[in-house]
Amino acid sequence: VIRLERRLERPWWLSVAVPVGSLAVAFAIMALVLVASGHDPWHTYRELVVSAFTGNGALSATLISATPILFTGLAAAVAFRMQLFNIGAEGQLYFGAVGASWIALRLGDHGVGSTPLYVLTMCAAAGVLGAFWALIPGVLRAFAHTNEILTSLMLNYVAGYFITYLIFDSASYWRDISTLQARTFPQGKPMPSGAEWSTFGSSVVVPLGFLIGLALAATVWVLYSRTRFGFEVGVIADSQRAARYAGMRTRRKILAVMALSGLIAGIGGASQIGDFTHTLDPSGLQGAAFGYTGIVVAALARYNPFAVCLVAVLLGGLQNAGFTLQGVDFPSGLVGVMQGIILFCALGGELFLRYRLRVVRRVRPQPSGGPATEGAR
Amino acid sequence: VINDSLLVIVLSEAVLYGTPLLYAALGELLAERSGVLNLGVEGMMLFGAAVGYWVTQRVHGGDAEVLALAVLGAAAGGAAMAAIHAFLTITLRASQIVSGLALTIFAGGLGLSAYFGNELHLADLPATHQFGSIDVFGLKDVRVLGPVLFDQSALVYASWALTLVVALYLGRTRWGLNVRAVGEAPASADAMGIGVALYRYVHVLVGGALAGVGGACYSLSITPGWVSGDTLVNGAGWIAIALVIFSFWRAEFCLAGAYLFGALSALPFALQAKSTLERLPAGVLRAPELYQALPYVLTIVVLVVISTSLARRRLGAPAALGVPYAREER
Repeated sequence: VIRLERRLERPWWLSVAVPVGSLAVAFAIMALVLVASGHDPWHTYRELVVSAFTGNGALSATLISATPILFTGLAAAVAFRMQLFNIGAEGQLYFGAVGASWIALRLGDHGVGSTPLYVLTMCAAAGVLGAFWALIPGVLRAFAHTNEILTSLMLNYVAGYFITYLIFDSASYWRDISTLQARTFPQGKPMPSGAEWSTFGSSVVVPLGFLIGLALAATVWVLYSRTRFGFEVGVIADSQRAARYAGMRTRRKILAVMALSGLIAGIGGASQIGDFTHTLDPSGLQGAAFGYTGIVVAALARYNPFAVCLVAVLLGGLQNAGFTLQGVDFPSGLVGVMQGIILFCALGGELFLRYRLRVVRRVRPQPSGGPATEGAR
Repeated sequence: VINDSLLVIVLSEAVLYGTPLLYAALGELLAERSGVLNLGVEGMMLFGAAVGYWVTQRVHGGDAEVLALAVLGAAAGGAAMAAIHAFLTITLRASQIVSGLALTIFAGGLGLSAYFGNELHLADLPATHQFGSIDVFGLKDVRVLGPVLFDQSALVYASWALTLVVALYLGRTRWGLNVRAVGEAPASADAMGIGVALYRYVHVLVGGALAGVGGACYSLSITPGWVSGDTLVNGAGWIAIALVIFSFWRAEFCLAGAYLFGALSALPFALQAKSTLERLPAGVLRAPELYQALPYVLTIVVLVVISTSLARRRLGAPAALGVPYAREER
């Protein structure tokens, strides 16, 4: 029989070995799936690495995919850390995109040209709207004890319909109605040229949004590991009751954490507008499901902000490879399957971090030992 | 004639759209009563829908046999997905919330269901078998109640029987009592000699199977066919989880709740039909999104009302819901 014993201390090598081992198991399972559906796993994996990281311009493309899930991953990590399961990063990102494109179009109407001003105002507007959208489940959770998982998820659908409405079924400020073609095939207004965020680097192109995401990750790390706020979040995560007895204001903390989470997801929306799409594109945003991938990123990173950056690049690589390879060799949906399997393996692997497996021989109950074993239970 | 009036149409749509919610919610209810929260309902439903539709394409024969096999296939698909969650949370003691979310992402519209649908070209195949309405009780022409309750498909009638079975099982049988013990106080149940892990495995798997059947309601009855992406189930799995809370973890309340939430889900279509029939203000017609978003908004409203009024006392929620059970850590 195998018995599980809780580890009292965790050897240092285990925190490296377990994630690596989980990843290896995940890729082994994936290989089985690939073989079962008639693909050559070795070939697929090699293609994957080439088009995600080592190929020409692959890393730049990977960073494009990594940027939004860096934001949504951070947003999820910030909230999940307090056992506050905000799975509404998806909708909060939409609202951030709405806010950012609104302010950019406004500034464009006034003929503003300075890109730094655009970046600042777009992030601010996106952060405010993202935080607002996250505060709805936050307030409901803090004051009405409503399950934030369900409310934040429902609001994703509402936000999705809202942006579709803005572009497809109304003559809103965001919609381009200047030309006949744009009136027949609904699309968002293009952003003014000043609102296109700059990029850095030449061989590997780093979008500004990715750097903002890294800065936010560092900020979150400082906030959560070096401040009183972060300490209180940790206590509330472990035991709400203990936190209340210690005089911590759990309600305020719920609101603050939800707002922070929504703010980060919202800025992710600003980065989508400023870095990549340069227009409000409802179908593109809804098809990409950045918010849900963010949950995978946060869970794989075990809610550590620096690990979120690393995992975002890895999963960004996987997604990017999925786009490039899509076709006979790499059917769509495979990326989601791979993400799921990796996450399952990582979740299962955590057992080995927390417990030690011990193989023990089944002890045959002896007649005289009866009361003793009874007592040991 | 009153049986053709809009109200009757909306009510019968409520039953139609409530049925997948009822299956999924009864399944989730069983899992939750045994102490396991499974947030993967949406993914399990979608995968069940895909498998069910695939079976109707592969098996040849009369409607009845093919559809019965398809429902079985959908149940098997849902149960297979649930098995992952069960293994991770019961045996490996992983977080139930994270594992459930992972299951939805893994099995959902961007994962396994899409992969499965694409590999087998489900979206290109026209629907060949589907559940039609049958008049088993001979009450089809009764005023109002006839078209609403008795002009439905076999899936609807089976869901009533299932509700009864689940209610009796949980309330009146030894096994049901054991399940409740496992969900409320696993340590005491263990001391009584009830196999906590076994009970949880069985109920999570049955829950997954029912979610799969719920998904098959879409691909075999409501909108026969397969569409790639998340549009087929479109959040119904999450509404089913909300429905379990709404029904205070009681099967009999699930039935009423399912039709209420079903009416909410049918509302967009009913409003759309109405706005083309009678002339509503132009704004309503031009903005279908406003009423497409209604079911989700109203679900939030219902949840808030429930949680402020009664659930303060956590009425009905199994005490050990979401807590992994480890015998050696009691």
